Amino acid sequence: MPKWALRLAGLSYLGVLLAAPVGLVFWRTFEHGVGPAWDSVTTPAAKHAFVVTVLIAAIAVPANTIFGVVCAIAIVRRRFIGKGIVNALVDLPLALSPVVVGLAFLLLYGRQGWFGSWFTDHGIQVVFALPGMVLVTIFVSLPFVVREVVPVLREIGTEQEQAASTLGASPFQTFARVTLPAIRWAVAYGVVLTTARALGEFGAVSVISGHIVGKTETMTLHVEERFQSFDYVGAYAASVVLALLAIATLLAMNLFRPNEATR
Amino acid sequence: MGLATAYLSLIVLLPLAALVWKSQKAGRSGFWQAVSDPQAVSALKLTLGISVVVCLVNAVMGTVIAWILVRDRFFGQGLVNAIIDLPFALPTIVAGLTLLALYGRNGPVGVNVAFSRTAVLLALLFVTLPFVIRTVQPVLLELDREMEEAAASLGASPLATFRHIVFPNLFPAILSGVALAFARAIGEFGSVVLISGNLPFKTEVASVFIFGRIESGDAAGAAAVSVVILLISFAVLLAIGALRRWTTRHDRA
Repeated sequence: MPKWALRLAGLSYLGVLLAAPVGLVFWRTFEHGVGPAWDSVTTPAAKHAFVVTVLIAAIAVPANTIFGVVCAIAIVRRRFIGKGIVNALVDLPLALSPVVVGLAFLLLYGRQGWFGSWFTDHGIQVVFALPGMVLVTIFVSLPFVVREVVPVLREIGTEQEQAASTLGASPFQTFARVTLPAIRWAVAYGVVLTTARALGEFGAVSVISGHIVGKTETMTLHVEERFQSFDYVGAYAASVVLALLAIATLLAMNLFRPNEATR
Repeated sequence: MGLATAYLSLIVLLPLAALVWKSQKAGRSGFWQAVSDPQAVSALKLTLGISVVVCLVNAVMGTVIAWILVRDRFFGQGLVNAIIDLPFALPTIVAGLTLLALYGRNGPVGVNVAFSRTAVLLALLFVTLPFVIRTVQPVLLELDREMEEAAASLGASPLATFRHIVFPNLFPAILSGVALAFARAIGEFGSVVLISGNLPFKTEVASVFIFGRIESGDAAGAAAVSVVILLISFAVLLAIGALRRWTTRHDRA
């Protein structure tokens, strides 16, 4: 096949599937000027959704970052029983349907769930409230830091760490002065991916949140709710906010992307 | 390491255990009854069928796009390369909304696929776009061009060179990209929910079916179909793992 035909096929596929739809939403949002779009993303419900989303990410991302680094070190540097299972479990959130994730947490913490009555008795509401939404977000964004840090840890090897500890560094000093600087770009890349996933999660929070407007509504749920209420400008404008966050993620990804050429 | 294992058990293992337990609570017959419900069977069949189509389209188009990104030179290539990851970064509900805006009822191009199986396919193609491209691209970059030049100088046609030299080298990468796309397509929810209309027996995929059961209070039925999805996801992950081991062994040999 001639070169231009391949180029035409590939670029038209991308245009039809990706560029045109995304472009159209931007255009539809600002069709009647910036004013209506701005008004619809600054309603109390929209602002609240934004705060809830950021709050969830602010808890889920640090939790998964700490876990991700610890877990990556365990996978690469330690030998323990059940390592294969740990490896498989870490990948599972990538492949599992978000709705199934939401349901699993609902069954665990819901009214008739294993832990549900304990939490209810102690006056803590998990399901249809922020704790449940944080938990499902942690679940779906769990693999990213681990998956970025593991290959880098494998590659840097243990020689420098051994040298540090021979010279009298404590395990913590070795980690802070030798290991962490070596993996920091991988951690940063993982954090970017984790954040994007946490901000954009829809299915799992949709199941566990109960869709309470002005209470348990995230940005993505707000987009759906606006759309279902036939407020298209509101839905498009909130989508544009999320799309801008996604584009910021892309820029950050390009900044931190592990460089294939130097590998 | 205790901390990592405890965190994983608490966040991943325990909820899934609750899910499996719930699905088996009504006994094996209850589980089978829920899974063999005609609406559930129809949703699972549709999900698997469309996911296979998604894999085939991605195998071809993903390879073509990876090819033009690596071997071709054109204006705006850097930008095209950068937007490939957009479906990863864009929330799925936004993905569905954007497709609906262009290909829905009031779309500007006069094409209306909303509430049809084509719409489901379109949504799944959107969210799985990067997988094959991003697995094939690095392999294509590393591929030694001397082999191709040798084949061409020995009189092989471009097609024969591709078939006998390039394709066998790309095949494992295409396969792992396709497997990732399949896993994603099986469980996809957010991008499908607005554009498919969720018509039972027609456009309702498994995730949407499970969601419907949860909303109507049938947690046991939802859990049963969820377990089926869980098993498929697990099988795909194992296949990807095996594929990875197979290809790295290939590298060392």
